[in-house]
Amino acid sequence: MAEFMSLEAAIAAHLRDGDTVAFEGFTHLIPHAAAHEAIRQGRKDLTLIRMTPDLIYDQMIGMGMAKKLIFSYAGNPGVGLLRRLRDAVENGWPNRPEIEEHSHAAMANAYEAGAAGLPCAIFRGYRGAELKRVNPNIKTVACPFTGEELAAVPAIRPDVAIIHAQKASQRGDVLIEGIIGVQKEAVLAAKRAIVTVEEIVPDFDDLHPNTCILPRWTVSAIAVIPGGAHPSYTHGYYERDNADYLAWDEISADRTRFAGWMKTNVLEMGPEIFAARVADLKGSV
Amino acid sequence: MDATPNEMMTIAAARALKNDDVCFVGIGAPSAACNVARLTHAPDITLIYESGTIGTAPDVLPLSIGDGELCDTALCTVSVPEMFRYWLQGGRITVGFLGAAQLDKFGNINTTVIGDYEKPKTRLPGGGGAPEIAGSCQQIFITLAQSKRAMVERIDFVTSFGHGTGGKAREELGITTKGPTLLITDLAIWQADPESKEFTVTSLHPGVTRAQVQDTCGWSVRFATEVNETPPPTKLEIETLRDLQARTKAAHAGKK
Repeated sequence: MAEFMSLEAAIAAHLRDGDTVAFEGFTHLIPHAAAHEAIRQGRKDLTLIRMTPDLIYDQMIGMGMAKKLIFSYAGNPGVGLLRRLRDAVENGWPNRPEIEEHSHAAMANAYEAGAAGLPCAIFRGYRGAELKRVNPNIKTVACPFTGEELAAVPAIRPDVAIIHAQKASQRGDVLIEGIIGVQKEAVLAAKRAIVTVEEIVPDFDDLHPNTCILPRWTVSAIAVIPGGAHPSYTHGYYERDNADYLAWDEISADRTRFAGWMKTNVLEMGPEIFAARVADLKGSV
Repeated sequence: MDATPNEMMTIAAARALKNDDVCFVGIGAPSAACNVARLTHAPDITLIYESGTIGTAPDVLPLSIGDGELCDTALCTVSVPEMFRYWLQGGRITVGFLGAAQLDKFGNINTTVIGDYEKPKTRLPGGGGAPEIAGSCQQIFITLAQSKRAMVERIDFVTSFGHGTGGKAREELGITTKGPTLLITDLAIWQADPESKEFTVTSLHPGVTRAQVQDTCGWSVRFATEVNETPPPTKLEIETLRDLQARTKAAHAGKK
């Protein structure tokens, strides 16, 4: 049952060393504030699951928190490569995480299978693709009715799912709007779920009946963090900080510069800074 | 009006799309081409991005495949599992438009690693949606700027399967879609040969020579019996592209 608490308390209570954790949000609603709190609390040996590792995992990898990565697109969207992830994979700095690489279709299907309580996902995919050769978790099964050969991957069942959403009601139900990605599936697939939200509203009585809602009994903890997705965005609240994504390419290119940036902008800050970071990004929303 | 080779590439790629196409759009060059098509000869084209946006009509090009602009201007936005299961795997997409870091003459694409997978020289972003886009769309268009680094005899990793070693390779794997049929570069238009499936130059962009095409390609280039000249960009095409890029640049410069 959803419990309102500070982000510090939510991460302390629900994310442990060695956990398998999915910080999800497909370009939109990436839970940066929650990741920064996990960094400040020094979580380690994490298996990090995300379709697009993005800046959020580049930072966690650079801080040495990743034991294993499960992902499908490790780029800085629209900018280029993720330099901390590259340094870890190519040079083992600060450590060399184990890699389990998939396609988007595989991971989307695997989250859905996790939410559906199935052991694996079956889909038409990976035909001729070489990931099958290097990832032993990609297998094939024959359809029992037609004989068609299909791809199978294990369901994703994280210990913890962490997401950012627009709002919670006072009861603790959570609303997600816009590009909803795989967050509903990630939360329903996980044992525990932490949600950061922009705001709390009295109730959800006037919403469209087909809206994407996570009932309060699917969520463990809710923390109110205005701006908590920055430099990703929250539809209806503030825009994506594309300039920050471009700047990250330079910040992350150098180990010392990266460490300095993390100290100033993450380790010595608290979640309340995020509201200020989005103050100038509310232009056209 | 004089166009740069990259502008010619984008415009030639845009022309390949039809008004009734349902197009799965990759980020970068494909995204520019698809939106130029929508803003010129194909106003009713359905553009789909893998973030779940169906029928999107962005005023500026998105920096990422999940920019809010795509959702704001879309007919509707679905979840990512639904996008890949119902719309892509379900066979609803007529054209998938992809870029490539490395490409071979049979349209196999590498966006995963340069060098060995376990000890890569360069770790690239990886496949994202591409492996299943390449398999499930009715046909695939590819666009990239020519270079010997990008167009190679043998790619380091098959991220997305094109025609394998050519001929009936797709059929033999049980793949029923056409795969790569068209390659648009900054110098030429290439079509997959109906039998061998090898990309064959069918049209050179204005002022481009055969030697230039060969000098910037890592495999021995085949030219069709009859090679045409790509019509130069019209005023409308070039202005549409430049306006779109100017709006995009201004929007992404940031608001701080």
